[in-house]
Amino acid sequence: MSIDQLLGLITGILFGFFLQKGRVVRFDKQVGAMLLKDMTIVKFMLSAILVGMVGIQLLTGAGIISLNHKAMNLGGVLVGGVLFGCGWAVMGFCPGTSVGALGEGRWHAVFAIAGMVVGAAVYAELYPFFKSTILAWKDFGKIGLADVLGISPWLIILVFWVGIVWLFVWFERKGL
Amino acid sequence: MKWKTEDGGWSPYLAGALVGVLAIVSAYATTQWMGKTNYLGASTTFVRAAGMLERTVTPGHVAANEYFTKEKVRVDWQFMLVLGIFFGALIASTTDKSFKLESVPPTWQERFGPSTGKRAVGAFLGGIVAMMGARMADGCPSGHGLSGMMQLSVSSFIALAMFFGTGVIVARRLYKRRGS
Repeated sequence: MSIDQLLGLITGILFGFFLQKGRVVRFDKQVGAMLLKDMTIVKFMLSAILVGMVGIQLLTGAGIISLNHKAMNLGGVLVGGVLFGCGWAVMGFCPGTSVGALGEGRWHAVFAIAGMVVGAAVYAELYPFFKSTILAWKDFGKIGLADVLGISPWLIILVFWVGIVWLFVWFERKGL
Repeated sequence: MKWKTEDGGWSPYLAGALVGVLAIVSAYATTQWMGKTNYLGASTTFVRAAGMLERTVTPGHVAANEYFTKEKVRVDWQFMLVLGIFFGALIASTTDKSFKLESVPPTWQERFGPSTGKRAVGAFLGGIVAMMGARMADGCPSGHGLSGMMQLSVSSFIALAMFFGTGVIVARRLYKRRGS
């Protein structure tokens, strides 16, 4: 095993461990969030983002790591986002959690995983078509929010923290 | 606020924060050892898995495909990360006794009944649509939702809003019985 693969495996084991401990990999938690009844996965994701964004910004600012924004391709993000949302609601897993759900015994995740492999194969076949249609509408490139707004990323992080902590307090008050 | 849930799990705030720490350490570690900052993600791995499976039948077709060539069909860092998620969840669930064989989840059963076949078809078709969407958007709730948001990527804010907004609308129509 190469160093890349070993590093990926160790990171994945820890990722899967935390995902399972947070109880976010199972169908009922995912659909529960979409039905706005159980905010477990929202709390989990936003907590990860709050912590992660500070560290990523510190390391980027110090020149230790580099950012790798995903391209702001308007058609891709909008149409792809809607397609993902539709499939996600029916499947009740996302690509990462499907594998974790299988690990905790929810074996119907194998059908979701098989579907996603087929979906990836279909996408690969249709890629030239999408590239000349939906993905060709408008591509803003790899852009970050701080550059677009022309403000310090720390200001965005501060606003994000205040807003999310307020949201968490509200979740707890409502018992969500 | 409790740090443990009734079933022995961890508070989602705590588990989520630990994933935040993992994302930071992983960004640092991949930069040091792989020469390039890698961020947590999952959906590209499904493209590589599809490519590997297809290659056993029609190797020439995979080699000629533009998308497979772009994403490089190989067992890379992210592929092992996705495999690792399986083992991590297996270890966590068997050590705290939350491992449970489930063929039909409760919320699904309430609406569509106990048929494993129905659930299998739903999961399979949902998987096809979701993965096509994730590839079109160039990311899933890991790549966009966690990694992109942490980096303050414009595309990720919009992608996550679309994922969740559409999910809420579709789930409401799908799982809520009429009149309830």
